[in-house]
Amino acid sequence: MSDGCGAPQQTATLEADTGDQTVVAGKVRSGDQPVGGAFVRLLDSSGEFTAEVVSSDEGDFRFYAASGTWTVRALHRQGSGQAEVAASGPGLHPADIALD
Amino acid sequence: MSREDVLVSTEWAEQNLGADKVVFAEVDEDTTAYDGGHISGAVKLDWRNELQDPVRRDFVGRDDFSELLSSKGISNDDTVVLYGGNNNWFAAYAYWYFKLYGHADVRLLDGGRKKWELDGRELTKQEPQRSRTNYSAQDPDRSIRAFRDEVVNAINTQNLVDVRSPDEFSGKLLAPAHLPQESAQRGGHIPTAINVPWSKAANEDGTFKSDEELRKVYGEAGLDDSKDTIAYCRIGERSSHTWFVLRELLGHSNVKNYDGSWTEYGSLIGVPIDNPSEKDSTTQGA
Repeated sequence: MSDGCGAPQQTATLEADTGDQTVVAGKVRSGDQPVGGAFVRLLDSSGEFTAEVVSSDEGDFRFYAASGTWTVRALHRQGSGQAEVAASGPGLHPADIALD
Repeated sequence: MSREDVLVSTEWAEQNLGADKVVFAEVDEDTTAYDGGHISGAVKLDWRNELQDPVRRDFVGRDDFSELLSSKGISNDDTVVLYGGNNNWFAAYAYWYFKLYGHADVRLLDGGRKKWELDGRELTKQEPQRSRTNYSAQDPDRSIRAFRDEVVNAINTQNLVDVRSPDEFSGKLLAPAHLPQESAQRGGHIPTAINVPWSKAANEDGTFKSDEELRKVYGEAGLDDSKDTIAYCRIGERSSHTWFVLRELLGHSNVKNYDGSWTEYGSLIGVPIDNPSEKDSTTQGA
């Protein structure tokens, strides 16, 4: 486990068991193509910044959140996009983002 | 100290690639970003393996810092331009660190790696060859570093600025949400701290907001200019970002970074904690 704030490798291959973690994860796409290198932010229900990662080459991102309504927002040279997700509790909550 | 003395734009950086006496350094915790492509000529500083003591929970001492910079080919009279991922969190930490050891001319690249990439500027995988130097660090400047006892004494008397996200401040999360939720033994914040997330100081592209916008952010949050200030986060890198804003951009005179931050404070026995998300579990008693 990391002691610091650098994000772990971003991948969609989740451990079989997310344990007690509330995970918000998904893929950034432009059309049908995954977009790597996008800056993906997790915003809380008031729109406040919570965390940011860079999507993997396959467009994947992942956050360890808490219960609540979240917005994931992606920024890339090709464009931006966002999606909302309601995380009810521990487990995987998928949220894919399409770039405009 | 003006903004131009401590901050450079991506345009300036591109025009000064390879300039004499200017050294670019990328600072990251995860150095795979550097290895996958970095600004031409930039050396790599590994936050974990080069800037942190391998045994004690502390950063490296004066002699080791001198050796590190010598090995990277950085001289005392070089202008060092720091940049990195994570909205410059670790670059800001390194900036604070360079100042602590008395480097004369150090600057941050406004927006860091993110702005550089969003601008579509060039990255290279080629590592620079720099000749070894004989760097000499100064004694650490303790006026910009806060330790735990000082932080406890600052409760109710100084500005304490908790720069973590609202959910970390309230005790709902123990770590930023891109990390598994682990770290300090307790959640919450230092009593009387105000919560001004580091992100309030930055635009979405990672650049700093204008001085006017920044003054408004901290003024509205209740920061009292007449008092000394201590900034903290979880491990001291996001609070370096805010330390940079308050001291280097806004010119507040007595601002310290508490690099022990919440991982230290939230694990101390007997100190007061506010945890709004779990009011019953205050650690003040027992």
